Amino acid sequence: MALIKLHPQHKKRQRSNIIIGCLLLSFVVLVFGVTVVKMSNGAMLEAFDHSYRISVTPVADE
Amino acid sequence: MTDASITSTGYSIHNQAEFDDYFALLKPRVMSLVVFTASVGLFVAPNGVHPILAFASILFIAIGAGASGALNMWWDADIDAVMKRTSGRPIPGGRVSPSEARNLGLWLSVFSVGMLAITANFLSAALLAFTIFFYAVIYTMWLKRWTPQNIVIGGAAGAFPPMIGWVVATGEIGIESVLMFALIFMWTPPHFWALALFMNNDYAKAGVPMLTVTNGKKSTRAHILIYTILLVPVALSLSFTQLGGPFYFITSLGLNCWFLLGAYRLFLRDEITAETQNYKLERTFFFVSLIYLFAHFLALLIEAFIDFSFINWLVFI
Repeated sequence: MALIKLHPQHKKRQRSNIIIGCLLLSFVVLVFGVTVVKMSNGAMLEAFDHSYRISVTPVADE
Repeated sequence: MTDASITSTGYSIHNQAEFDDYFALLKPRVMSLVVFTASVGLFVAPNGVHPILAFASILFIAIGAGASGALNMWWDADIDAVMKRTSGRPIPGGRVSPSEARNLGLWLSVFSVGMLAITANFLSAALLAFTIFFYAVIYTMWLKRWTPQNIVIGGAAGAFPPMIGWVVATGEIGIESVLMFALIFMWTPPHFWALALFMNNDYAKAGVPMLTVTNGKKSTRAHILIYTILLVPVALSLSFTQLGGPFYFITSLGLNCWFLLGAYRLFLRDEITAETQNYKLERTFFFVSLIYLFAHFLALLIEAFIDFSFINWLVFI
């Protein structure tokens, strides 16, 4: 049992805070996902000059 | 924030904003239409987009649309307070202050445009920025209170989302995205004028120069019919691009006949009958206009994912 009874206004604020927290967390996850996709798309390129990475380029069949 | 803040602000406890009020500032119903049309624009494009990038892009387009909605509510708070339909919105309701709405709109604009530039490309971000500017400044601040052609020109703001979706996928503005833009652009006047026919008192009370207020309802009915006739070739023309096909053509033909018939019946209607029947036909036409747009974009989506080439065979049999 809570020591202090929450005012209804506190409950409303608590709800808003939880929703905003969830939204921020979702945003972090989304940015992480976008970063992974962007990085994966550029995996065949060297970061410093955007030239092809020979070491990871598949060998073409003769 | 301390407990004292509950009573020290100008708002009463019951009037304090909740998350839902801030969300309402973003006009969720408009956002849902933006999400749908932008998604169609993105998915019907010939280039595939990674699902995560597609999701993120549509989300940021929707946030951009929401931001322009918040700016609209900030600027139009005085009009909203007078109109019955909008008097319950967060600002006239006293739950959110105008400056809060303005700040939310501005920050979300910057955020959505910046994030779309990172996620997709600069052209789509530039188009989103222009859409927000067009809706908030050109339409809301300038056209809406100035000319009865407000929604004709202002309709461009609502027509950009499928084009932005297309640009996210392709990186360029093609003829297909221009036609999708044109479809919404030409659809907007009949849609909003039908609403104005049965909400005329609201607009007159607020001093908004809608066509029904400045030119009268008879003229508005004629305008609805003219714009609906002009809409037909625009809607059908998409059939002959790489997006369309037999399924889209048949769907569009049916929808246009339905819509055109509705516009013609509105045109023939006299004001006394309309008022006696509480604008039943006008309300139905407004509802049909929503189905019309939704079905057109749904047909484009279906065309993109299902091969209807067998229908060509049936034609030659």
